[in-house]
Amino acid sequence: MTEGPSAVAEIGARAARMRYDIIEMIAEAGSGHPGGSLSAAEIVASLYFGIMKHDPARPDWPERDRFVLSKGHAAPVLYAALAEAGYLGRDHLKTLRKLGSILQGHPDMKKTPGVEVSTGSLGQGLAIANGMALALRLDGNPARVFCLLGDGELQEGEVWEAAMFAPHHGLDHVTAIVDHNGLQIDGACTDVMCLGKVAEKFDAFGWEVREADGHDVADILDAVSAPPTTAGVPVCVVCYTVKGRGVSFMEGDAGWHGKAPDAEQTTAALGELAAAMEAAGAMPHAPHAGAGDASPAEGSAS
Amino acid sequence: MSEKRATREAFGATLIELAGEGLDVVAVDADLSGSTTTAKFGAAYPERFFNVGIAEQNMIGTAAGLAVGGKIPFTGSFAVFATGRAYDQVRNTVCYSGLNVKLAPTHSGITVGPDGGSHQMLEDIALMRVLPGMRVLVPADFTAAKAAIRLAAITPGPFYIRLGRASVPVIYGDDYVFELGRATVLREGVHVTLAACGVMVEQALAAAAELELEGIHAEVLDVSTIKPLDVETIAASARKTGAVVACEEHSIYGGLGSAVAEALGENAPVPFARVGVRDVFGTSGEPAELMAHFGLTGADIAATARDLLIRRR
Ligand SMILES: Cc1ncc(C[n+]2csc(CCOP(=O)(O)OP(=O)(O)O)c2C)c(N)n1
Ligand SMILES: [Mg+2]
Repeated sequence: MTEGPSAVAEIGARAARMRYDIIEMIAEAGSGHPGGSLSAAEIVASLYFGIMKHDPARPDWPERDRFVLSKGHAAPVLYAALAEAGYLGRDHLKTLRKLGSILQGHPDMKKTPGVEVSTGSLGQGLAIANGMALALRLDGNPARVFCLLGDGELQEGEVWEAAMFAPHHGLDHVTAIVDHNGLQIDGACTDVMCLGKVAEKFDAFGWEVREADGHDVADILDAVSAPPTTAGVPVCVVCYTVKGRGVSFMEGDAGWHGKAPDAEQTTAALGELAAAMEAAGAMPHAPHAGAGDASPAEGSAS
Repeated sequence: MSEKRATREAFGATLIELAGEGLDVVAVDADLSGSTTTAKFGAAYPERFFNVGIAEQNMIGTAAGLAVGGKIPFTGSFAVFATGRAYDQVRNTVCYSGLNVKLAPTHSGITVGPDGGSHQMLEDIALMRVLPGMRVLVPADFTAAKAAIRLAAITPGPFYIRLGRASVPVIYGDDYVFELGRATVLREGVHVTLAACGVMVEQALAAAAELELEGIHAEVLDVSTIKPLDVETIAASARKTGAVVACEEHSIYGGLGSAVAEALGENAPVPFARVGVRDVFGTSGEPAELMAHFGLTGADIAATARDLLIRRR
């Protein structure tokens, strides 16, 4: 699938708006994970608005493609996408991480419409995606499953157990996407626990590996939407990204993994993100109707 | 009582002291060394600190190997991952062979706060308590946490030390000695025993102060060692007061409440109640809000004690 320039621009604009939402909701919550949410903005926007078939009015539509946020701490980017698509009213965003909110610190499938499965304990998402894919296949359901992993997360052994499983079972409707931003909590992945060659590792485990600039929507769409070259061989897309992307003082700084900006930093960050929104031609937020009367998202026809 | 510190702050600081005293301590953490404070130890003793990355099973296994090699390894990470994710490594590698590994994960209980239920470990005491040979310590303040880490370092065999994220009042002076299997009577009373551990000691003391105003004299025990349990002190207090409330920032199943109930049932059966999280997972919110939400405040303990005294009549 190759999207036209207008679709690419529209997704870029949505990603810009999602970045604004991410910072706004984390600042309001007073805690959360900006770095890994910002690094995944184009990836998640491309999935929800250019790749996955889904219908925000029917979160349980059986034919929908599934998204598993294995790096669950990046919940804000998922919530921003769900609000942007219309699964949630935008009002919910300011309740993030607060007592009684449908938006928990980590994704909770029992509380949030559009969240396919609860995550937060790293390393488990790919195995879950595989299980979902097996179930779809047993049901003759053609839907696809997309799983987004952090690069630090790849240090968990279960990721590699699952990485062995998917090709073994010919799960070519599973797509693993790695947000390769080079940072985790304690610093650079190379310093904490070197990942080695991520693309080569997935290749050695039997995946078709593609690489993309994780902030280039056209590149992401090309790499993620094209079906596997060989039947039965799942695709892994390694996306090279910048942690904290879009906020100058957060970019490339592990210190912004898991803390909220203070008032002054928030003003500065939102200023930069508003300018980026304008440059991307993103309309400021229209008040959102939320689930129920929202129309299917862009990309749902593909 | 004015000073407040989190028990986790004792972790790295005490390891530095121990290494300085010549103990062969090492630390293994899993990409959470800033939060657990083992990074401080790592900065002081880089050759004695190992970060395995986000790999808790590997953390426990590596610590086990270090113990086999004669070192005194302490492991970090959060309580939910150190006990839950790596349970088989703790059981079959550490405890099965009685290896000298000390688990001291932080971020136990609901006082973790906004991260939510996935990160609020409420079952760790239960998981660790059932393992043969595992000693389970739940320090109530910074001083007790330092003493617990010290005790674990000099006592052979596996230890679980439950540390927290939230700041709690410092209740013990520097003369405090952490004795394995000894509860501390923090306040004497005759009408009801409040047996608490960890952050709930502060709440139990608040409850006792509240009850005092009504003429109910509560005895407060800091049961800092859940295993081995100080059955003698708990049973003696129960015989004296005739009613016991166990208070913990943990599931009502399998933790302090269960341990105390077992001890009372066998030694001094008296009316008994549990204050704890009632078979649900945690949720996002601020620590103080969550304490109220889950019924863990001093007022909740006092209310439970009153009910128990009515029931006893
Ligand atoms: C099993 C597990 N261990 C530890 C954590 C704590 N933790 C949350 S995020 C994180 C670092 C994640 O790094 P990475 O996967 O690179 O994510 P990103 O850079 O995209 O934010 C850690 C260690 C966790 N959530 N789950
Ligand atoms: Mg990363």
